[in-house]
Amino acid sequence: MTLLEVRDLALRFGAITAFEDVSFDVARGELFAVIGPNGAGKSSLFNALSRVYEPDQGDVRLDGRDFLTLRPDQLAGAGVARSFQNLGVFPHLTVLENVLVGRHHLMHGGIVRCGLGLTGAEERRHRTAALDALKFVGLAGHAGTEVQLLPYGHRKRVELARCLAMEPTLMLLDEPVAGMNAGERAEITAVVSRLRGERHVTVVLVEHDMGMVMQVADRILVLDFGVPIAIGTPEQIQGDERVIRAYLGEPAEEVVAA
Amino acid sequence: MTEFLQLLFQGVSLGATYALVALGFAVVYRSSGVINFAQGAMLLLGAYAVSWLAVDVGLAFGLAVLAATVLLALAGAAMHGLVLRRVAGRPTFVLVMITIGIGIAVTHGVEAAFGPDRRLLGDPWGSAAFQLGGVTINTVKVWGIAVTALALGAYFAFDRYTRWGLAMQATAADEEATLSVGVPVRRVHACTWALAGALATLGGLFLAGFPGAPQPALGDAALRAFPAIVLGGLGSPVGAVVGGVLIGVVEVLTSGYAPASLGTNFYAVAPYIAMIAILLVRPYGLFGVRPVERM
Repeated sequence: MTLLEVRDLALRFGAITAFEDVSFDVARGELFAVIGPNGAGKSSLFNALSRVYEPDQGDVRLDGRDFLTLRPDQLAGAGVARSFQNLGVFPHLTVLENVLVGRHHLMHGGIVRCGLGLTGAEERRHRTAALDALKFVGLAGHAGTEVQLLPYGHRKRVELARCLAMEPTLMLLDEPVAGMNAGERAEITAVVSRLRGERHVTVVLVEHDMGMVMQVADRILVLDFGVPIAIGTPEQIQGDERVIRAYLGEPAEEVVAA
Repeated sequence: MTEFLQLLFQGVSLGATYALVALGFAVVYRSSGVINFAQGAMLLLGAYAVSWLAVDVGLAFGLAVLAATVLLALAGAAMHGLVLRRVAGRPTFVLVMITIGIGIAVTHGVEAAFGPDRRLLGDPWGSAAFQLGGVTINTVKVWGIAVTALALGAYFAFDRYTRWGLAMQATAADEEATLSVGVPVRRVHACTWALAGALATLGGLFLAGFPGAPQPALGDAALRAFPAIVLGGLGSPVGAVVGGVLIGVVEVLTSGYAPASLGTNFYAVAPYIAMIAILLVRPYGLFGVRPVERM
């Protein structure tokens, strides 16, 4: 069953085309990855999907609903959670607070009910859900720690926990293992693959790291110079001529022959 | 001893008002990183709004205060919606300069509309006072302390028990990430500016109480409360309150005890000396969590 439909999406900055003719479907529960060499338009596509950029043409539907009329702050309520390439955590807040703020759109108590102290049950419920998300990423022991005191890999896990606590139907992850060492990369890769396996979250992932993508993705879209050149399973992508050419260039003999 | 208690009472009363002013600075700084130099003009506007509603319009005083608070909250939100929102994304410095400009315009606008003279506040307390163990207690000051305590309590409850408290702190740290978790950042900003306006009305009201009065120079009090926020730690509401009370007490005690050789207005300098002394020991302020923004 299709959750996200992207049709003929294009984004231009003046005369520069960031990407065009991008169409794909993401099924419910699928882990869909977008890869491509530097400058291929991956991040622009991600930003168009997370409503940071306004695409110039095309159509995006989430669960049949028009996605492009939503404001960025309405995405959370529509069931979309995102992570940031260079981290969107709040350094001065504690780990637990960082995750709790992800449940902002799920909180209902207004000034009156909070003022009358009628929100105790709601508050406990949110706290439990936040702690549960922290347990999932293995940070339950750090709930009271200020995020700025944690190493990079842990902060990324805080961000993923926050995404999870938002109870999303679709999670957008922007290069989750960028700038990490091998150990951190393995940890985050494991968390991402468990997100799909255990929590059945649909994930759209933009990533540079081939090893990670091949390991976790169900299907992969390859962009090169803003144009989709292949879409398929990791095996299909690994054997695709055009993908190999985009990443490795033309064989040297052909260049000489030409 | 009686003299000390008398000065202490006056100091705490003045400090309570400073705490309101300082909290107005702190809420805005905490959610947007802007030091709102229009806070003084908002105090002035608040005091004049109360005075106008109570004296010229003839509303009952309590009603006038309530209406003025709502008006100033709307003015604060409007200032954000009409001006500051348009320059979002520019360096903080631009926003700070705009607040200075708005401050000057509003101050002179008020003076043009109401004239340069002292006005009546229209409060029912006037200079009424009673004695307590030899200390003269002005009714207006008791109200000032009580209302301040109430307003501060309400603010901290709002911050702690509603989802907006956390949302405001998140907004200050990273607006884009805050949007991504579903917080309407614009509304958070509008809300903090409205809060600053409401706090300014209460602050202005009690600054203009006996022996003061609504007059164009009233806004300068914001600059006197400035050491309070720096000393408390910019962006720390608790620090703003503690700093405010401390500065009030220091100011009044110095005015009572400073030797004549230091000059008659030494009390106006004392808060800054206290501020510098404390910053030497604690460079981030008493409750500050990050470096003071240099300007």
